[in-house]
Amino acid sequence: MNNTYYGKLIFELSKEGRCGYSLPKNELDNYKMSALPANLMRYEAPCLPEVDELTVVRHYTNMSNNNFGVDTGFYPLGSCTMKYNPKINEDMAAHRDFTCLHPLQDVDTVQGALEVYYNLQTSLAELSGLKEFTLNPFAGAHGELTGLMVMRSYHASRGDDKRTKVIVPDSAHGTNPASAAVCGLDVVVVKSRPDGTVDVDDLRPLLDDTIAGMMMTNPNTLGIFEHNIAEIAKLVHDCGGLMYYDGANLNPMLGVCRPGDLGFDIMHINLHKTFSTPHGGGGPGSGPVGVREGLEQFLPNPRVVRHEEEDGHHYTIENNDNSLGFISGFLGNFAVVMRAYTYILTLGHENVKNVGPLATLNANYVKESLKDCFELPLTGVCKHEFVFDGLKDKSTGVTTLDVAKRLLDYGFHAPTIYFPLLFHEALMIEPTENESKETLDSFIEVMRKIAKEAKEQPEMVKTAPHCTPVRRLDDTQAALKPIVTYRELVNQE
Amino acid sequence: MSKIIEGLYYSESHEYVRVDGECGYIGITDFAQHELGNVVYVDMPEVDDEVTAGEEFGAVESVKAASDLVSPVSGTVIEVNEALEDEPGLINKDAFENWIIKVQLSDMSELENLMDAAAYKDMIGE
Amino acid sequence: MNFKFFPHTEDDIRSMLNTCGEQKLEDLYKDIPEELVFKREYALPDALSEVEVRRFFDDLGSYNMPLTCFVGAGCYDHYSPSVVNDILRRSEFLTSYTPYQAEISQGTLQYIFEYQSMMAELTGMEVSNASMYDGCTATAEAMMMAVANAKKRNKVLISDTVNPIVIRVVETYAKFHGVEVVRIAAENGVTSRADFEAKIAQDDVAGVIVATPNFYGILEDYTGWADLCHEHKALFIMNCVASALGVIKTPAEWDADIAVGDGQSLGIPMNFGGPYVGFLCTSKKLIRKMPGRIVGATTDADGKRTFVLTLQAREQHIRREKATSNICSNESLMALYVTIYMSLMGKQGLRDVNELGYSGAHYLAEQLCATGKFEMAYPDKPFLNEFAIKTTLNVDDVQSQCLCAGIQAGLKIADDTLLMCVTEARSKAEIDALVEQVQQLIDEEEN
Repeated sequence: MNNTYYGKLIFELSKEGRCGYSLPKNELDNYKMSALPANLMRYEAPCLPEVDELTVVRHYTNMSNNNFGVDTGFYPLGSCTMKYNPKINEDMAAHRDFTCLHPLQDVDTVQGALEVYYNLQTSLAELSGLKEFTLNPFAGAHGELTGLMVMRSYHASRGDDKRTKVIVPDSAHGTNPASAAVCGLDVVVVKSRPDGTVDVDDLRPLLDDTIAGMMMTNPNTLGIFEHNIAEIAKLVHDCGGLMYYDGANLNPMLGVCRPGDLGFDIMHINLHKTFSTPHGGGGPGSGPVGVREGLEQFLPNPRVVRHEEEDGHHYTIENNDNSLGFISGFLGNFAVVMRAYTYILTLGHENVKNVGPLATLNANYVKESLKDCFELPLTGVCKHEFVFDGLKDKSTGVTTLDVAKRLLDYGFHAPTIYFPLLFHEALMIEPTENESKETLDSFIEVMRKIAKEAKEQPEMVKTAPHCTPVRRLDDTQAALKPIVTYRELVNQE
Repeated sequence: MSKIIEGLYYSESHEYVRVDGECGYIGITDFAQHELGNVVYVDMPEVDDEVTAGEEFGAVESVKAASDLVSPVSGTVIEVNEALEDEPGLINKDAFENWIIKVQLSDMSELENLMDAAAYKDMIGE
Repeated sequence: MNFKFFPHTEDDIRSMLNTCGEQKLEDLYKDIPEELVFKREYALPDALSEVEVRRFFDDLGSYNMPLTCFVGAGCYDHYSPSVVNDILRRSEFLTSYTPYQAEISQGTLQYIFEYQSMMAELTGMEVSNASMYDGCTATAEAMMMAVANAKKRNKVLISDTVNPIVIRVVETYAKFHGVEVVRIAAENGVTSRADFEAKIAQDDVAGVIVATPNFYGILEDYTGWADLCHEHKALFIMNCVASALGVIKTPAEWDADIAVGDGQSLGIPMNFGGPYVGFLCTSKKLIRKMPGRIVGATTDADGKRTFVLTLQAREQHIRREKATSNICSNESLMALYVTIYMSLMGKQGLRDVNELGYSGAHYLAEQLCATGKFEMAYPDKPFLNEFAIKTTLNVDDVQSQCLCAGIQAGLKIADDTLLMCVTEARSKAEIDALVEQVQQLIDEEEN
C-alpha cells in the first residue's frame, strides 16, 4: 500500500532549508567562485527540491511500488524478450575495480576492462557466426543505425554511390525504416505473404544496382522462421546488396541457428533482450554490431584490439582510418557489457544452446493452450513468440486493449498489443525460457477466464483495469495540451 | 456512414479540395477523421510555401496514429487554418467545415485527376 | 537441463511437447532447412558457478588500476551518494520495460516526469525529453532537429571549442544524414566571433552548436549570439556540462533554442565510459520536433493525477521513416540516477559541488604555475573546474611520473598541453600529491 504523502512529486515534499547531502569541507576556500564574471553566471538558482535523505529514500521506494518488473511477475511482452535479469550480473557490474575507471585513463591501467570487452566481442562473434563485433552502440536502434552506416561505408569504399535504397519488409519494427532514414537511405517496402514471411516474388523486381541492402528479422515479428532466407540472401547478394539482421528476435536462435550461417553480413544484438541485461524502464541497453569478414574495417571507432605478445597479451584502443567514424563518446555502455559477459560465463556453452529451444517450447505451449479462445491467424510451430488476432468471439466488442488491461488486474504484464500491423487486434506473446510450466499455466488460466468474462461481463473488461494503482489514463488530453514539467503543472493548476 | 459532400474534389489519400474561384480549400474527409480518431495535432505548412500535387505538405496526428497530408493540387499556400493550432479536434467535429490550408491553385487542370463525390463514395465502399 | 535459470523438468518438457503435438524439442525447429541448423558446440567457456564468476572478475579487476583522477573531458569523477545506487537496484525499476502500460508503470513515468522537470530547471529551458543515450548522440540529434526544423537548409556550424569527442560523433551522423558540418574557428581558447558572423551571414545555416563550459573549461561570452542566429533563421544549440549548469549562465539565459549535453557529471560513476545519460531540452514551440520519449501529466478514469508517454505520434513506431528520430528508448535508469542525485543535492548542493571544484582547480593551476614549468594555455579566460595548461616539461614524462604514484594527471591535448579537471572528490592532499610528483620530476631533470 502506498503512502499518499510520499506519493506526491518530489517537488511537493520540498521545504526551504532542508538538505540531503554532505560534502567535504572546503580546505581551499580562499579560492572563491564569486571571482568569476557575474555576466557568465546564472541569474537565478534552479528550482530543485530541498529534501532530507530519508524523505528521498521513502519517496522513490514508494514510487517503485507502482511499477511492475520481471521480478514482480510474468512479463510476456512480445518482441521485448523480458527474461530474468540475474542478480550476479548486477553485482559484477558494480565491481569497484571496474566502475572507477575513467574512459580516457592510461590504457595500461584498464587492461582488465578491455579484456572483458574483447571477450564479449569474440563470444558474440562465435554465437552469431560473424567475424567481428563492436560494443559501442548504446541500444538496438543505435546498433541498426551503426550497421547501416557500415553498409553505406562498404559501398562507398568501392565507389558504388548509386546504392541509396534499403529494403524493409512491411512487417518490420518501425525502427528499421526510421534508422534507414537517419542514415540517409530511402526505404523500399517488400510485402509479406499471408504467413508473414517475405514474399520472394515481390522482392525480385525490387532488386537492382540502387539497393544497398535488406533488413530482416528472423524469426520475423510474427515469430515465424523465414525458411526462404537462403534464397533471399542469395538474391540480395547477387544484386550487390548486403543482408542486415535485426537481432531483436535472436533469442530463439541460440543453440539452433547463427545469422552468419543464414547469409547475413551485418547484425546487431540487443544485450538487454538476448543476454539478460535489465531493461531499466527503457534503458540503458546495448546494441553491439557484428560483421562478416571483409567488413571489419568499417566498424565504428574506437576499437579494442588484442595483441599477442611473448609474455602474454596486451589490449589497445585504436582508431581505423577506414572506419565509418565515431557513434559514441567512448566504448559504449560498459556496465551493460559487464552484465552480458557475466551471463555468458554463467551459462557456458552447455546451457546457452538450450535457451532457444526452451523459449520456443514455452511459446508453442501457450499458443496451443489458448488457440481455442483467441484467434490464431497462423498455425504451425512458432519460434519464441506468436500473435493472436484478438478474441475468437468478438461479438461483445471487447478489444485487444481491453484484454491487455484486464490482464493487469490479474497481476500479469500485458503482451505487446496492436503490433505487428498486419492484424487489427494483434496480441503478441513472448514467454522466455525462464518461465516455469506453472507460471505459464496460471497465465493460460487467466487468459481463458478473461475470454469468458468478455462474453459474460463485457463492460467490466472494457473498463479494466480495476485493481491497479491507477485506472485507465486520458492520453488524448496528454497529447492535446502536453504538460511535461512540474513548473507547467503548477502554472496550469 | 461517413459524410460526403457533393461538388468537392477528392483524392485517394482522403483529402478534399473545395474550389472557390482560383483558390482551393484543402482538408481531410470525414471518413479520414473517423479512421484516425481524436486529432491532437495538425502539422501545417507556412503561408507562401509551395505545395505540389501528390506531395506531402503536413501531417495529422491522433494519440496513436499519424497520417501524412498529401496535397491533391499544386499551388501556393495563402492561408492556414490557425484555429486548428489551438483546437485540432475541430477536424473531428466537422472535417469539411474545418479545412487545413487555402491554396492559390497553379494548375486548374489538376482537378480533373481527382474524384467526384460519387467516385469517392465508391472508393470508401459506402 | 538442470540449470538455475531453466525451470523445466524432464516431465514438464514431455507434457508441454505433448500439448504441442510434438515428440522432441528438435521438432519445434522442423521448419528450418536442415543445412541452416547449427550443429557443433559453441566455442565458449564452460559454465561458471557464482563463486567462480566472482573470482574471474576479481582476477581481471586486478589488471585495472584505480587512479586518482584529474581528467574530465566529458566524464567527471563526482561523488555518487549511496542512496542513489541503493534505489537503482530496486528491481521494480531495474527489471521493467518502457512504460507502455501506464497503469502499472507510474513509478517509471513519475520519475521521468521529475527528471524532465529538473532538467528543464537546470537548463532553464521550457521542456525536456525523457533522456537520450549520451551527450554526444544528444548533440547529433539536436543537429538533425535543427535541419528538420529549417526544412530547406542542411548546413550546421559547430565551434572548434566543443569537445572533439562530441564533434566527431556529430560529424559521423552528419556525413550519413546528408548534413554539412562547418567548423567555427577557435581563437585563444574561445569561438571566433568574426568567423561566426561571417558564416552565419550566408543565410544557409540551420543551426549553430557551441559549448558551455567549452572543451578547455572556459566560460565563453555568448552575448548577442542567439540574436544573430535568429536573425538568420538558425537555431542556437548549446552543449553543456550538466553539473556546471547549477551555477553558470544557462542556455535559456543565453536565449538558446536547444540545450544538450551529458548528465554524467550529476553523480553517475565513470564506469569506463557508460552508461551515462544524454539530455535534450528545448522550447515549447519546438516540442513536436524534439526526438525521443516524452512523459506528460494527465488524469485517470477516477480523475487522479497520473503520468503517461505522450506525443508518441512523432516516434518511429508510428511514423516509421518519417519519425523525428530512430530512437525508441531512453536511458531511463540513468535518468532516475540523476533525478535522485538532484533531489538530494538541491540547488545548494550543486552550488557547493561547483564551489569545491572551482577552489581545487584554481589551487592546482596556481601550484603548477608556481613550479615555473607551467603556464595557463589561456591565461585571461575564466574557468570553473577544468583548465588547459602548457608545460615546458615533457608531457608524457609528467603523466608517467604521476601514474607511478597512482595519479592520472590530466589528458594530453597537445604536445605541450594538458587538460586538467578537479572535482569535489579530490582533496587538497591529492592535489598536493600531484604537484609533488611534478616537482620530483623537475628536481630529477635539474640534477
